[in-house]
Amino acid sequence: MTPFEYARPTTAADAIAAWMPGAAYLAGGTNLVDLMKTGTARPGKVIDIGRIGGLDRIETLADGSTRIGALVRNADLAHDAGFAEVFPMVAEALLSGASGQLRNAATVGGNLMQRTRCAYFMDPHSACNRRSSGSGCSASGGDTGAMAILGWSDMCIATNPSDFCVALAALGAVVEVQGRGGPREIAFADFHHLPKDTPENETALMPGEIVLAIRLPAEAADFRKNSRYVKLRERTSYAFALVSAAAALRLEGGRIIAARLAIGAVAAKPWRVPGAEAMLIGQAPGPELFAAAAAVALTGAKPSGDNGHKIELARRIAIRALTLAATGTPARMPAFPASLFGDDAHV
Amino acid sequence: MLSPLTLTVNGTRRDVMLDDPRVTLLDLLRERLALPGTKKGCDRGQCGACTVLVDGRRINSCLVLAITLDGAEVTTIEGLADGDALHPVQAAFIEHDGFQCGYCTPGQIMSAVGLIAEGQAGDDPDRIREGMSGNLCRCAAYHGITQAVLDATRRMDADSKRTAA
Repeated sequence: MTPFEYARPTTAADAIAAWMPGAAYLAGGTNLVDLMKTGTARPGKVIDIGRIGGLDRIETLADGSTRIGALVRNADLAHDAGFAEVFPMVAEALLSGASGQLRNAATVGGNLMQRTRCAYFMDPHSACNRRSSGSGCSASGGDTGAMAILGWSDMCIATNPSDFCVALAALGAVVEVQGRGGPREIAFADFHHLPKDTPENETALMPGEIVLAIRLPAEAADFRKNSRYVKLRERTSYAFALVSAAAALRLEGGRIIAARLAIGAVAAKPWRVPGAEAMLIGQAPGPELFAAAAAVALTGAKPSGDNGHKIELARRIAIRALTLAATGTPARMPAFPASLFGDDAHV
Repeated sequence: MLSPLTLTVNGTRRDVMLDDPRVTLLDLLRERLALPGTKKGCDRGQCGACTVLVDGRRINSCLVLAITLDGAEVTTIEGLADGDALHPVQAAFIEHDGFQCGYCTPGQIMSAVGLIAEGQAGDDPDRIREGMSGNLCRCAAYHGITQAVLDATRRMDADSKRTAA
């Protein structure tokens, strides 16, 4: 770890004032401290935001939206009975990620800011345009099995590793941020960037801006009866997604009156295609309809290397998530959240 | 620059003058507080050998900077037993052969104590396996570990009912 200056402000304003180029905000530390150990991240100043007051609450606002403070721990959000009842898909996504220990430490704001798990990004000896602008991309032509199939560029083929963000994208979350220019809001669809020519420019945050909260709009609560997050991975627990999908439906009289679908681990951001959702509206749920929607969701998908199989896996996981959502949210969180394995995976 | 740090470790107040903010809780415990029971496996948050309780919650001590924990209460494997009387999770690991080489065991036991306190797994073996997935065992003593956590959960549940009565 390279040496750094340490600061521990107690207000967001003081944290923003303490920021300087090369500084990093530290919350749970489960991603940043790891990257600092390998030298992937080398902040000259670490601003510990863990003691900023008021950012650890889960609140329902007057307009019916739900506001989650950035410092709420992943485990606390997933196990908050009131939250999990209304947003079971978000709870399932959270519980399908990492381990019990990591979920106790990791914060929801930090989850939005976590870096790609691309092995070449995490190895400071490899070329990586995302880590070091203009240095090249060792991933291209390397081990590409888990790399992107949508929205990638010649500069970067990495994926966003988050499960939580896939559910948030599907539900149309809003990110509340603050910087020297004051507070502002960023729509979730705009928060993470596709790499294009500037993969180092990972999010819509301006330098020094800090995430204060995530808001789920009132209508996101309407999907509680029919929503699922499903995740394929190389082992049943404690693994990043190979592909995943969040599907949420609102059914009335046997017809779909509202639909959400986002696919994870296929691009540098959660992949939500409004066109795929729109074609579900007014239709009766069924295999042909879901297959057609999944095909639209994957329009434009192309291998970034030896990973064409991910296109078919993503298509199938989208269909499976829609099918399970139509079947109904399980009465209890499955023993293996988001898994296709286990006794209660299908109920 | 020296930074004063106060922790309560296994019930005892420890005042440390930290000379470097890079020190993790794991290294502080092992190298500076003479508590080597907490093990360093991967040092990257992937194996769980370094699991301890901070303010009653299980975490990976390798991924937390000690300086961020000023004022916190830390429990390590050294703080579980009451004199010669083992903690029920420790006793259950012995009884059910929940280890072979023993290197991951302090982390497994601390993780199990944290899992039982979280109250999400109950006596469902699948939920225990899922809840313990952050602790790797290269000897693959997983069957014994699951049995030990199940048994300890039942014993602690019975004990708390007896205390309540």
